[in-house]
Amino acid sequence: MKMFVCIKQVPDPNTAISKLDPATKRLVRSGVSLVLDPGDESTISAAIKLRDKVGNSELVALSMGPASAQEATRRALAMGVDRAILITDPALAGSDAFSTAQVLAAALKKEGADLIFCSTESTDGYTGMVPGGIAEFLGIPQLTFAREITIEGQKAIIKRVIPKGYQTIESTLPAVITIASGSYEAIYPTMKGIMGAKKKTLTQMSLADLGIAATQVGEAGAHERVLSIGKAEARAAGQIIKDDGNAAQQIAEFLQRYQLL
Amino acid sequence: MDFTLNEEQTAIRQTCREFAEQEIKPVAAEIDATGTFPYPLIRQMGELGLLGLPFPEEYGGAGADFLSYCLAIEEISRGDASIGITMEAHTSLGATPFYLFGSQQQKEQYLTPLARGEQLWSFGLTEPEAGSDSGGTQTRAVLQDGHWLINGSKAFITNAGTAMTGGVTITAVTGCLSNGRNEISNLIVPVGTPGYSIGQPYKKMGWKASDTRPLAFTECLIPEENILGQPGDGFKQFLRILDAGRVAIAALSVGLAQACLDEALSYAQQRRQFGQPISKFQSIQFKLADMDMEIELARLMYYKAAWLQMQGKPYSREASMAKLFASETSKRAADQAVQIHGGYGFMDEYPVSRYWRNVKINEIGEGTSEVQRMVIAKSLGC
Ligand SMILES: Cc1cc2nc3c(=O)[nH]c(=O)nc-3n(C[C@H](O)[C@H](O)[C@H](O)COP(=O)(O)OP(=O)(O)OC[C@H]3O[C@@H](n4cnc5c(N)ncnc54)[C@H](O)[C@@H]3O)c2cc1C
Repeated sequence: MKMFVCIKQVPDPNTAISKLDPATKRLVRSGVSLVLDPGDESTISAAIKLRDKVGNSELVALSMGPASAQEATRRALAMGVDRAILITDPALAGSDAFSTAQVLAAALKKEGADLIFCSTESTDGYTGMVPGGIAEFLGIPQLTFAREITIEGQKAIIKRVIPKGYQTIESTLPAVITIASGSYEAIYPTMKGIMGAKKKTLTQMSLADLGIAATQVGEAGAHERVLSIGKAEARAAGQIIKDDGNAAQQIAEFLQRYQLL
Repeated sequence: MDFTLNEEQTAIRQTCREFAEQEIKPVAAEIDATGTFPYPLIRQMGELGLLGLPFPEEYGGAGADFLSYCLAIEEISRGDASIGITMEAHTSLGATPFYLFGSQQQKEQYLTPLARGEQLWSFGLTEPEAGSDSGGTQTRAVLQDGHWLINGSKAFITNAGTAMTGGVTITAVTGCLSNGRNEISNLIVPVGTPGYSIGQPYKKMGWKASDTRPLAFTECLIPEENILGQPGDGFKQFLRILDAGRVAIAALSVGLAQACLDEALSYAQQRRQFGQPISKFQSIQFKLADMDMEIELARLMYYKAAWLQMQGKPYSREASMAKLFASETSKRAADQAVQIHGGYGFMDEYPVSRYWRNVKINEIGEGTSEVQRMVIAKSLGC
């Protein structure tokens, strides 16, 4: 089976304080340390687990980004992905979610994918639109918020996280599956994996390779525009529960109100 | 001259940093307080390949270079020194002798499970009466009917008594040289060999979650082939082991010193006195600046020593300099980190109090600071 996992390089959420450029209204990516999206690390871990369980399968990491995104794909290779593809092209700068999905879908079509894993959303942009876009462009089903995945013949069956539990859903293949955050713990790259990452194939693709015109994507082809950016409102003070003997009860009720229990 | 780490070195350092942050730091205080050897962590490190970094893949290692291994030691020790020393003693002292001096068969039999992290191994050089004078070994081994008969004892041996330990390689006197000095050989003693007894762990001031024990050999018999190289090779073998080990201890010290700076800086930025964070006071800033500078210098020196090692050039002098400067840097850093914390730094719940206890041994193990100065002076022709 040919499996793909879509990954993205993002400003390190653990060190960088995300900055927005007031002129372009975009995230500042220069001068900050960039890493493989930690959410994607969990998704890669889920995909590796499934690849090994299904057997006789190849797992490919697919990313669209600047040349520096190579580092993120190397990390995926070190974690255990079999090979990687980086779509990079100057004309892609400023792409919106629509273009990103279009470009990724074109590469997936070219490669022929049975199963495509995505994180629910990226840690930097948070639009959550790319996976659905890919499924749409490829005309295949999308299974969302998976916390458990099984493959039976030509079917994917997932447990889909919902507020009060989970649904079991199945679909035909090929399909896009998004992973529910927190469902899979990210594995560490092994030392052997790191040493072997360079020996694995990392292919670069350009827009021309995918037969996409520069005007369709990037700044030029963007369908979305960020009109303004503003500061989040300061949060109101939290509720303090004093323990007068039934604090546990009150905390439980509070959590229930938000469907967290 | 290029100071840039390559892709693999950077990735190994980064992964170890994350591992230390996420897996080691959260348990460091507890394993120190209870003196517990952290099996789950050590096994996890084995699975990730952290216990066989500098050995070729054919023997179960990761095939990384010596600098990568030192970078890993630095980052792991930044998380916790007990775990750093467990990894260092296993790799530099336990496994490396098999890699450097073992026969093909010994490499397959002993090195492979060690590099895979399935087993730990220890190296017994120090004796109650032979410390800095490491050639003053009193443990004796006599060849009898195809066996070495060993009698003697060892002191302060790291990793000797864990449930994962496969055995110990010891220095023993196996004869007399023509110049009247002792012939020393390195002998392999697996755990469970009759006559080999492993004492109770020492109660220590620091490195409390690492395993350190006295060993006794009483009419202990091992097969004749349990020797590294030839009889009499032992002395020059352990000098080579110690050179590389000192670079790794320098890296361990740098990791610990960096942990001191990490804590001191974040505390200084939070703690307010006289209406402002104490990091705004020049005397605190200068302490932090000195720590940062010395750590960087110590780091550069171990990089250089590791680089020389990888080039196959002589590096005893540089290894001693790196170890000496880094260990003393770590002690000063711990001292200043506690000072910056004021009274809180004296409390167990602040990591710097543990760091302060952990740094002292850096100036003693694998050659005291005096011994390092002797090595450097010797290189000057004194
Ligand atoms: C926690 C821990 C773990 C250890 N792990 C191991 C291990 O795994 N394997 C192993 O073999 N050993 C191990 N050691 C032993 C360690 O290497 C020795 O403690 C160290 O080499 C010093 O020897 P010593 O303790 O006998 O001190 P001594 O040699 O008795 O030294 C006492 C003092 O005299 C000084 N001194 C000695 N000779 C001279 C001289 N000629 N000139 C000037 N000053 C001198 C020393 O520098 C020191 O200050 C460990 C020790 C500790 C504490």
